[in-house]
Amino acid sequence: MARRWVGQPLRRREDDRLLRGRGRFIGDVAIPGELHVVFVRSPYAHARIVAIDESRALALKGVVAVVTHKDVPDSPLPPFLWDTPPEKLVAALKPFLRPCHPPLLPPDRARYVGQALVAVVAENRYVAEDAAELVVVEYEPLEPLATVEAALAGDAPMVHDGWEDNIAVRFTVRKGDAKDALANAAVVVAERFSIQRQAGIPIEMRGAVADPDEDGSLTLWCSTQNAHPLRRAMSRVSGLAPERIRVIAPDVGGGFGIKGVLYPEDLLVGLIALRLGRPVKWLEDRLEHMQSAVHAREQVHELELGLSAEGEIVALRDFIRVDTGAYNPLGLVIPYNTIAHLMGPYRVPAFEAVAEGVITTKAPTAPYRGAGRPEAVFAFERALELGAHRLNLDSLEVRLRNLVRPEEMPFDTGILYRDGEPLVLDGGDYPELLRRAADRIGWDSGVRLADGRRVGRGIAMYVEGTGIGPYEGAHVSLTADGRVLVRTGACSQGQGHATVLAQICADAMGVGPDDVDIIGGDTEGLERGWGTVASRSVVVAGSAVSEAAVTVKQQLLKLASGLLEIASADLTVEDGQVRAVGTARALTLAEIVAEAGRRGVVLEATRYHEPPTVTWSSGAHTARVAVDEETGVVEVLDYAVVHDCGRVVNPLVVEGQVIGGVAQGLAGALYEEVLYDEDGQLLNGTLVDYLVPTAEEVPTIRLDHLETPSPLNPLGLRGVGEGGAIAPPAVIANAVQDALPPGAGVVRRTPLSPPYVRELIGRQ
Amino acid sequence: MKPPPFEYIAPESIEEALAALREHGDEAKVLAGGQSLMPLLAFRLLRPSVLVDLNRVPGLDELRLDKETLVVGAMARQRAVEMLVGLRERCAMVSEAVELVGHVAIRNRGTVGGSLVHADPAAEWAALVVALDGELELFGPSGSRKMAAAEFLITYFTTALAPDELLTRVQLSLPNGRSGSCFLELCRRHGDFAIVGVGAVVTLGANGEVADGRVVLIGIAERAVRATAVEKALAGERPTEQTIAQAVRELDGEISPGSDIHASESYRRQVAAVLTRRALARAAERAQKAEYASEA
Repeated sequence: MARRWVGQPLRRREDDRLLRGRGRFIGDVAIPGELHVVFVRSPYAHARIVAIDESRALALKGVVAVVTHKDVPDSPLPPFLWDTPPEKLVAALKPFLRPCHPPLLPPDRARYVGQALVAVVAENRYVAEDAAELVVVEYEPLEPLATVEAALAGDAPMVHDGWEDNIAVRFTVRKGDAKDALANAAVVVAERFSIQRQAGIPIEMRGAVADPDEDGSLTLWCSTQNAHPLRRAMSRVSGLAPERIRVIAPDVGGGFGIKGVLYPEDLLVGLIALRLGRPVKWLEDRLEHMQSAVHAREQVHELELGLSAEGEIVALRDFIRVDTGAYNPLGLVIPYNTIAHLMGPYRVPAFEAVAEGVITTKAPTAPYRGAGRPEAVFAFERALELGAHRLNLDSLEVRLRNLVRPEEMPFDTGILYRDGEPLVLDGGDYPELLRRAADRIGWDSGVRLADGRRVGRGIAMYVEGTGIGPYEGAHVSLTADGRVLVRTGACSQGQGHATVLAQICADAMGVGPDDVDIIGGDTEGLERGWGTVASRSVVVAGSAVSEAAVTVKQQLLKLASGLLEIASADLTVEDGQVRAVGTARALTLAEIVAEAGRRGVVLEATRYHEPPTVTWSSGAHTARVAVDEETGVVEVLDYAVVHDCGRVVNPLVVEGQVIGGVAQGLAGALYEEVLYDEDGQLLNGTLVDYLVPTAEEVPTIRLDHLETPSPLNPLGLRGVGEGGAIAPPAVIANAVQDALPPGAGVVRRTPLSPPYVRELIGRQ
Repeated sequence: MKPPPFEYIAPESIEEALAALREHGDEAKVLAGGQSLMPLLAFRLLRPSVLVDLNRVPGLDELRLDKETLVVGAMARQRAVEMLVGLRERCAMVSEAVELVGHVAIRNRGTVGGSLVHADPAAEWAALVVALDGELELFGPSGSRKMAAAEFLITYFTTALAPDELLTRVQLSLPNGRSGSCFLELCRRHGDFAIVGVGAVVTLGANGEVADGRVVLIGIAERAVRATAVEKALAGERPTEQTIAQAVRELDGEISPGSDIHASESYRRQVAAVLTRRALARAAERAQKAEYASEA
């Protein structure tokens, strides 16, 4: 039947509840008798833990327990999502990869400022904090390694026992002979680009509440993006069977990847609750969050881009160093993502990229909206822009010359994606994206504003692998009132799943989206799930929901056919009823459910969708900026996005996703930077000094889109969660470079703070 | 974080408040708007054993725009000053500075007295009282005394207020004659602390020359600074692009900015010069256009 709900700009079902303050976030979960946990965190970037004296803390009224490394298993945290690379990838790369997971509580050394060392459990958070101050930890400070340079120096101490250097991962990806091709290029742009360390800053910080039952089972509420994987991990660590553990991700106020990581704190809350036989709650504050939730993006690229005299890309070489922080729980995910997205939407005949992940004594880094892609796009698009400039060609023309064209799709890039499958661009019209984005912004340069500021324009394009496997699950059933209940492993932190997945289910079943209830982020009622990261949920969960719903629809029709004595082929499901075509004979879903109950007929289905590989979204972003030459202050005057995320389920939700992503991308381009000093001390651990842009700093973003359905799933879906955040640093850098006076320095890094821009201008 | 334990006293008269301060001395902190104090308590950077809350003490929040002065009670909210009818026309610098204090929500609670006693070197109110001959009234066990702003503000987070005293009100002298004023700031985001802030007042004489020029800067030293050398260089000159630029050359010796994660000393010096030039130009332009010219 004709699609009705997919594509509609329905207002989100979640919003009324959330806007009225009726959300149920982790801070709203209150269990009678709950205790509060506060962690004693390391004040040193690197120190041996000599002794812990908890006696004064235990003596404080209201303190129930103090938990140290002696009380918990000292093994590293179990695998979570991506730690083990797929066999096909390992076979092709033969990567150097050392497993490097944090322990629950380190027995030997603290390896970054803010690392949790001791857990204090008390009647309330106030007393717990007072008690945490009374825990005496004797430290022997060790040499901090606050930079990659320090960590790689010949005499640097090893952060992890038994290692010969502080390198956690290294591998090379090759296609053709890039070195040779570069030697024959007309122009080689050789530059060093660096992208700063950033924090994801969900507005709601981390938290967990664990409630043990008398029968030995455990309910764990957690502000997480991955309920089922967390249950598996909790089971491994506690010894409790997964069936005895229920993990619930309640309303979550933002995740962005930061909550898609396995944290010792979440597991400790569960263990402590089981140990004490009482509910236990942990809600972190912003300072803890800035110190110990994962950071992201800190990379340096030494890149060589070879172009012919006509501006055709001839070869690309890149040596990438990733500052991975004190641990590397995600293996090669970030460096591989970066490498996989370096060529972008362009034809690159010869390619060689080497990545190294270096351990430093800072908070660990992990995927944050874009997850390695913004860094790739920044380095490549900057180089392309510089190359066009050197050849005296319009950079728009150079891009058009090199873009993979629609008629070349599917386009095999000659390398693998990190799922081990060939990286094949599977659809889209990249030249059209570019043309429209350029039109939107007005491609005139060298203009000055009335107040004397110089104007520049910039552009960048990206592709994004979305909808990664291995799978996502959905269980669809009908309830006695004739409503549809969907349980899925996808977890929402604001992506609008309750609306978007309901639209997909509605189309598949022939009901209205208001008749469908989506429950995500709850391990109950669905055996397996993966969770919401990597722009995958609409693609993978959406496909699973659709498949399960179609199955239940067939079951409905079969039963209805028997009841009405009409062939299934002559029945339709519409508006909550099964109707015989061309007659008035119909049964409501509630009636059919009742009948199914009487006859013992099953009206439910569970489906796990396993995508063959990722499907590719794409986009072009453009911007005009004004630069105050005297102060270096940059203002974004205009910003446009033209993107392609395949078939759009809900345009309002997509718009929100893109704008939110762009805002975070602009933050990385102009404002945010996590700063450590040479002793590994975090210098800006609060939102006073870590500059998250406010609504005043984010310009109006103009959106346009193309819809090239994906060939990889029946609904034609491509992911959209991260796209907005991928291009902005490159766009703004290109725009600022365009605005700077001739002879000014080259933009090689972000953020484009006023002092940095002023310094570039001053270099004339 | 949560604050460490403290005792809370809410006096209902100034005498009660002073009695509480007398009793607890250094162990007590006064709570006005709480916009600086509460975060410090929440971070456990301050650990007073006693908080003395002034919010129930009447008579401390007067706000009066007179012909020659602006009188502000210590407990007047920033937002009340921002919304004071006639203030922008009378002295734009004050309105422009107050608008830059944090965000509206902060200004709704934050008080002028709280800002002055907290003495952040980047506080807009420090610039205003220093530029406009601010006279502060302090009330203690032996009654009230008056002190000039420059004497009151000593250094980072340090004033001449005794532990048993309260700041009750401040009086600013508004420019007279043909004058214009301006306040400019460079900060990273809307509502942030100033990296550098400049307030300028220009009063013109009969021949269009600068009869009285004031230049004050924040964020460039341990307290707000009057750039008197710049003022002297401009005195008696007609304010043109050239004379202003010439006068601003005297600025560098007047300021001693530090470096922090947001800006180096050298960047602050550059921006101080740029903003001083721009502020003086705008103040002079406004003076030239001034419709309000009271008796000198």
